[in-house]
Amino acid sequence: MGVEGIGARVTRKEDKRFLTGKGRYTDDMTVPGMKYAYFVRSPYGHAKIRNIDATAAKAMPGVIDVLDGKQLQADGIGNLICGWMIHSKDGTPMKMGAWRPLAVDTVRYVGDAIAIVVADSSGEARDAAEAVVIDYEQLPAVTEAVAALASGAPQIHPEAPGNLIFDWQIGEPDAVDKAIASAAHVTEIEIHNNRLSPNPMEPRATLGIYDTAEDHYTCYTTSQNPHVARLVMSAFYNVAPENKLRVIAPDVGGGFGSKIYIYPEEIICLWASKKTGVPVKWTSDRTEAFLTDAHGRDHVSKVKMAFDANNRITALKVDTIANLGAYMSLFSSAVPTYLYATLLSGQYDIPAIHANVRTVYTNTVPVDAYRGAGRPEATYLLERTMEAAARELGVSPAELRKTNFIRSFPHQTPVIMNYDAGDYEASLNAAMQAADWAGFAARRSQSEARGKKRGIGMSCYIEACGIAPSAAVGSLGAGVGLWESAEVRVNAVGTIEVLTGSHSHGQGHETTFAQLVAGRLGVPIESINIVHGDTDKVQMGMGTYGSRSGAVGMSAIVKALDKVEAKAKKIAAHLMEASEEDIVIENGELKVAGTDKAVPWFQVALASYTAHNLPSGMEPGLKETAFYDPSNFTFPAGCYIAEVEIDPDTGETDIVQFVAADDFGNIINPMIVEGQVHGGIAQGVGQALLENVQYDANGQLLTASYMDYAMPRADDLPSFSLSHQNTPCPSNPLGIKGCGEAGAIGSPPALINAITDAIGHDRLTMPATPMKVWQALHAAH
Amino acid sequence: MYATSYHRASSVEDAVKLKSANEEGKYLSGGMTLISTMKQRLAAPSDLIDLRHIPAIRGIRIEGRKVTIGAATPHADVAASRELAAICPAICKLAGHIGDPHVRHMGTIGGSIANNDPAADYPAGLLGLGATIVTDRRSISADDFFTGLFETALEEGEMVTSVTFEAPEKAGYAKFNNPASRFAMTGVFVASTAGGVRAAVTGAGSSGVFRHPGFEQALASNWSPDALNNVAVDPSNLMSDLHANAEYRANLVKVMAKRAVASAG
Ligand SMILES: Cc1cc2nc3c(=O)[nH]c(=O)nc-3n(C[C@H](O)[C@H](O)[C@H](O)COP(=O)(O)OP(=O)(O)OC[C@H]3O[C@@H](n4cnc5c(N)ncnc54)[C@H](O)[C@@H]3O)c2cc1C
Repeated sequence: MGVEGIGARVTRKEDKRFLTGKGRYTDDMTVPGMKYAYFVRSPYGHAKIRNIDATAAKAMPGVIDVLDGKQLQADGIGNLICGWMIHSKDGTPMKMGAWRPLAVDTVRYVGDAIAIVVADSSGEARDAAEAVVIDYEQLPAVTEAVAALASGAPQIHPEAPGNLIFDWQIGEPDAVDKAIASAAHVTEIEIHNNRLSPNPMEPRATLGIYDTAEDHYTCYTTSQNPHVARLVMSAFYNVAPENKLRVIAPDVGGGFGSKIYIYPEEIICLWASKKTGVPVKWTSDRTEAFLTDAHGRDHVSKVKMAFDANNRITALKVDTIANLGAYMSLFSSAVPTYLYATLLSGQYDIPAIHANVRTVYTNTVPVDAYRGAGRPEATYLLERTMEAAARELGVSPAELRKTNFIRSFPHQTPVIMNYDAGDYEASLNAAMQAADWAGFAARRSQSEARGKKRGIGMSCYIEACGIAPSAAVGSLGAGVGLWESAEVRVNAVGTIEVLTGSHSHGQGHETTFAQLVAGRLGVPIESINIVHGDTDKVQMGMGTYGSRSGAVGMSAIVKALDKVEAKAKKIAAHLMEASEEDIVIENGELKVAGTDKAVPWFQVALASYTAHNLPSGMEPGLKETAFYDPSNFTFPAGCYIAEVEIDPDTGETDIVQFVAADDFGNIINPMIVEGQVHGGIAQGVGQALLENVQYDANGQLLTASYMDYAMPRADDLPSFSLSHQNTPCPSNPLGIKGCGEAGAIGSPPALINAITDAIGHDRLTMPATPMKVWQALHAAH
Repeated sequence: MYATSYHRASSVEDAVKLKSANEEGKYLSGGMTLISTMKQRLAAPSDLIDLRHIPAIRGIRIEGRKVTIGAATPHADVAASRELAAICPAICKLAGHIGDPHVRHMGTIGGSIANNDPAADYPAGLLGLGATIVTDRRSISADDFFTGLFETALEEGEMVTSVTFEAPEKAGYAKFNNPASRFAMTGVFVASTAGGVRAAVTGAGSSGVFRHPGFEQALASNWSPDALNNVAVDPSNLMSDLHANAEYRANLVKVMAKRAVASAG
């Protein structure tokens, strides 16, 4: 195809507005009469609210009103819900505690919203918020998942005795125990997956507008899936019926999962707009973002991996405790279950797997999906275990992996997933070659001569993207279907609008989606516009997360394009008095194959709208809609290799090289894919070496600013070496698998395996800060 | 941020007058600490007296080996000064590793030492150089100036106008960054000065920047990194926080001291 079709390195169309500061984000939206909100939030991790006195606050300058949870409840606004039902192994449904958008009698984490102040300016709103007097009775708090399960731990929700939300399992416990009992070798390890704060560049914001005349609401919000926001706000929170609620997610500056969920603020600002009669805008500051954006990860697991005498894995047993925070966020229950334990087979042929997962409430901000969502936790656990096993068994990490790779497809794992295609050894070989694995010993001696410790580590990850077949996720408890919709709208002059239910918040859909259309029709990429993020424009959609926009969102566009093409060919055939089967679309023309007869694309478009000369019985217009529901997940996989040099005097880790060999199936825009991988690895480096959310025993967030929460920066990162292997995905028309999360999934274990290789033992938890590495080095002696 | 009134002082006298007229006011230099504290509503000065536009307290003056740096001189100017680098490269290097380019172009030496953050770099530099801090009313030796965590000898309304020091025979600075803030998790400045060898440690002490007599004695008899091998660093007076406990800091103090000596040549 032409230079701007699939496979071309087209520079991003959206970057002109982003790089020149012309992006339009939620906080850029202003409407006449708009006022500002500030939230009164709990300063305590756990407390009873005895009384709220807003008298003084209401009398302050500029204040329009102060509203609390009792008023919200009285107006029938519902509680926030988790949309994925999980049943415990005893058959009981998960124990969901009530999450009121504004806390009424109990606050359960520092940052829990209690009241909203609406005022003429954000400064006045904040001043008044400080004047709201709340009488608290402090309660004991618990912030660590393991501690929350201990007897005598503070009880967070009456609905969940012992703070246990569910005790779930997957796989065959008996088969696993039997295999472990008769194993030639069993590797045991405890794995901690550190808690992370998502930190998108744009903090959350929302603008709620109530129109009295139409009894209609408009919600601008920083959302990854505006349609789901509308659905949930209508169906569960009783904000307004769907036809009376428009949700717009304009430019959104990064999400990483944290903007999937419906938070209290959107609901409250809409309601407050009706209560006060003015449009209400709220913009989170960075401290609020640390305190209230859903966190990620936070697992503690015990692992046993059994091997036979030939180093083949015979069983895997995993016992995980996952911290879900103070309330169950929208998809929180799915992350440590179906997005995690279903990937525990990794790239390996493991005959028996059993995973037990307990999720618990703690006095911390809710935990939900964060870039990778469950899959980084599975990969980290598995790949650290493989590394430990290789060392114990005295074989090279590559050899142990090769011995156990799945080599024929489709492959049914013992934990639901059916892998459709892959070539794991191809990525492993490519990565080892790029990293010059064979030359490592020499490099290590050079480092030693300089007094440094050098280590190398690999990670072979697999993940499930493109979520997913609606019927399958429905049977597993999902409250929504996970298809995608598209509409291709050809204008009378031949330019094209593509309406998609996917949502771009940095991924570059305006470019890649346009490439698909440009390539198919041979029309200039400038003639194509991508429309997304507005429930009034796009009929319905499921949004962007889980690397699903390519595999699912673009597949829907393909289906709609098929219909558009079919109709265009009919019109062209009619205009040229040719047979429909003979029409081909090339370089912006519809041609009669093998002749020089052609009509330009725009003329067919025009003909469809003038409707002067259409095939008899044909409806005018050229616009088609499609819904695409995938038949399977997609399975990106790859091999990452990290090489580190450690300064034994300080414990500082220098990443001297990082190699990523990924199989994403077919690639639409290599430049954008590389950017996704770079960003993902940067986040993985963050998790492995730098980032760690820490609360104190009372539930105070200790890492509530960049002074204490360490984000990766450019000089923390090496230049990455990337390559792509390709086994096209058989289940979608474009053969694409997804690339948005791989970097964050595959990189942490490669880095930690490299560091533990350098220090000579594997007693190390993430993040591997200089102090921890220094301590680990000393512990080795 | 709470509402505040902004004043641009035209001279040192003007600034001091404005300050005494506004008891709840504060001097503003680069604002790199003060403005963010105000944004978090942890400080609420009624008035801000901006010192950055007073020509007399901005810039670097070198007379022979005597160095004077105006209080309102941004870190970037110190980092980039060739004249200063010719006689005291260590202080240029120190300034060049403060924060990021934005911070270095706004933050000033006067603001930094008046603030005396226990993890700031300049306090180690000035204490290590045996500098003198000049104010609108007196001169204070660095040994007397830094009195505790965010505490200095400055009196109410007293304004730093410059710092002066004799260029040392040799000096070096080594800093280990806090991984999050990139302030000094430990920074050690060593100098061989006319008044003897000095070694100052920042980022580590539980009451702020301090001199290390053990290092100073060892280096006085043998100016080499190895001279410090057997000098003990007592962790009991060092900070423990999320990023580093006292034991690890004690190790860093020693390692950074050796690197500082090595870098001094
Ligand atoms: C992101 C970031 C990273 C940083 N990293 C580092 C680092 O690595 N190392 C480091 O050392 N520092 C670091 N800093 C601090 C920075 O270097 C500034 O020097 C410091 O914030 C204070 O200088 P200022 O000129 O900005 O003072 P301001 O913020 O304007 O003032 C600070 C305080 O000093 C008072 N004051 C200001 N000038 C005078 C004066 N002339 N006389 C008396 N009182 C005065 C003010 O009233 C205020 O109380 C960092 C800051 C930021 C924001």
